[in-house]
Amino acid sequence: MDKFTTLTGIVAPLEALNVDTDQIIPKQFLKRVERSGYEGMLFYDWRYLEDGKTPDPAFELNAPRYQGASILLTKDNFGCGSSREHAPWALNNYGFRCILAPSFADIFYYNCFNNGMLPIVLPGNVIESLFTEVRATEGYELTVDLAAETITKPDGGVIAFEISPFLKERLLNGWDQVGLTLLHKDKIAAYEAKRGIA
Amino acid sequence: MAKNIYEKIWDAHVVHTPEGQDTILYIDRHFVHEVTSAQAFEGLRMANRAVRRPELTFATMDHNIPTTDRSIPIQDPLSQKQVDTLEANCEQFHITCFDMYDPRNGIVHVVGPELGLTQPGMTIVCGDSHTATHGAFGALAHGIGTSEVEHVLATQTLLQKKSKTMEIRVTGALRTGVTAKDLVLAIIGKIGTAGGTGYVIEYTGEAIRKLSMEGRMTVCNMTIEAGARAGLISPDDITCAYLKDRPYLPKDRTFEELAEGWKAWASDEGCAYDTVVEVDAGEVEPQVTWGTSPGMVTGISGKTPVLAELEGNDRLAAEKALAYMDLGEGVPMTEVRINKMFIGSCTNGRIEDLREAAAVARGHKVSETIDQALVVPGSNEVKKQAEAEGLDQVFKDTGFEWREAGCSMCLAMNDDRLDPGDRCASTSNRNFEGRQGKGGRTHLVGAGMAAAAAIKGHFVDIRDWDFRG
Ligand code: SF4
Repeated sequence: MDKFTTLTGIVAPLEALNVDTDQIIPKQFLKRVERSGYEGMLFYDWRYLEDGKTPDPAFELNAPRYQGASILLTKDNFGCGSSREHAPWALNNYGFRCILAPSFADIFYYNCFNNGMLPIVLPGNVIESLFTEVRATEGYELTVDLAAETITKPDGGVIAFEISPFLKERLLNGWDQVGLTLLHKDKIAAYEAKRGIA
Repeated sequence: MAKNIYEKIWDAHVVHTPEGQDTILYIDRHFVHEVTSAQAFEGLRMANRAVRRPELTFATMDHNIPTTDRSIPIQDPLSQKQVDTLEANCEQFHITCFDMYDPRNGIVHVVGPELGLTQPGMTIVCGDSHTATHGAFGALAHGIGTSEVEHVLATQTLLQKKSKTMEIRVTGALRTGVTAKDLVLAIIGKIGTAGGTGYVIEYTGEAIRKLSMEGRMTVCNMTIEAGARAGLISPDDITCAYLKDRPYLPKDRTFEELAEGWKAWASDEGCAYDTVVEVDAGEVEPQVTWGTSPGMVTGISGKTPVLAELEGNDRLAAEKALAYMDLGEGVPMTEVRINKMFIGSCTNGRIEDLREAAAVARGHKVSETIDQALVVPGSNEVKKQAEAEGLDQVFKDTGFEWREAGCSMCLAMNDDRLDPGDRCASTSNRNFEGRQGKGGRTHLVGAGMAAAAAIKGHFVDIRDWDFRG
């Protein structure tokens, strides 16, 4: 898995609440059996006009100033709905490595970490002021430092965030969770023996 | 010390908590379907890993399969490939798979309980958010991502952090005509779609105790729509009676011994929860959603919201939802006209739901304004039972289509879908934009309410229904 240590990147705003995984990537794209190649399918129903090809100019993420963004700024309960890991895959394939929101849906949140992505929970008022600042300044960039648990703004202002120490370690080291658990194979065998699972 | 059911199951499944890490939790039952598993099996192959306990994993195909004639091959090559991939993976890794032609096939969350693969006290996972359904049996059951599916296949465990617990105590009794679906929609409306985030919910109280297993599954199924990791109901005699004689129960103990063991998982008298929410079942009326998230719901006597009465983010969300749903402000729900109906899904595709719908439909005809009314059983077993009871005939006489089992128009991965602009009364669990087809508009309701809406062409209060025969 890719490591996540620090990231400096353009911030793109997605002003919607309860963005569900059906919006992040609609079901017709879940038929593929690969983990990559989902970038063109991200926010499909919002992103394109009727023809499914021409970018909809009314969709903010399509604006030229947000191209190449690696940080997504959004609102409450992002990633709710289905457990499809295609949602973080699509965001990741598109180029987003970090997502800022006041809250995330549980399964989506953990799916991000399994793909080397960092979802950050920030208070609602901090998110609101970031929306204002991002829109006010073209090319607005933030620098995320996972080890320090800080986000630095263009004006030098610093926003602190919190994250579980274990999830942080995993991202910093790019640990594969299966490999990590298999280090404790003997413990699993002992548990099975105790339960009589032969 | 008195423990609640979540604490009991958690404690019994802790394998190890390495210093500074999440807990390695043992998984008793793993369900797999075609949509979220291919990349997990591929991961195993790439790392040259085996499935640790193939006998604890069971697979079914449900999302992609057609609900029309099964003797005709699947038309969409991508769907066919996904189904074939699951079959090949199950064969390579020695996993039991209920394929499209197997009498045990059906929606994974209908099949597990029906076969007795779901039992009280188990930890159950599946790469599907509605795994919460199995919590109705007093199992700790939840959805996981594909990387976690791979983790479970390789290690038979999951890395987990202990959740907080929420008790939702449902006092009183549901009024006649009000169902488990209405109850859970009302609960989501009350606590919000993120109200359960970070929690495992246990439903308690008289009204829950009186629910059948089908009703309990409907409630637990939609727990994920309230943001919670899992929903649980402590096992009791109703749970045990449902499970009796199911094919996959352990064979080394008598039913009495099993039942005693199951009931021991129930929450202890006087146990504690991090949060308690009280709901009065007597106050719940039949529910209909008006928006694009399950929490955007009101009673059938209610109206769509008036934006000026809302503030901030609530207003932003309601404005966007009403625009998508093409509904005005303050519109009575009984005036909302539909042109499609879908009865089915892991929320309301069980035999009891079909009986409820058939009781409403009997002696009536579908409205002329309805373009399509689908009834899709949740599994082959449900289909067989419904046909034995003659329910299929009632539906056909009414003018509803009777289909083969599967997920169908719950998420429209097969050919069953809404067209842009369609408005559907649906017994499924998600009214998200485009969920049932791009541009389609979904109103979530119970099975009886859906049938009634298809007969009248608009939503009606099922409590005033003219039941015939
Ligand atoms: S019926 Fe719908 S919600 Fe249930 S498993 Fe199938 S697609 Fe998912």
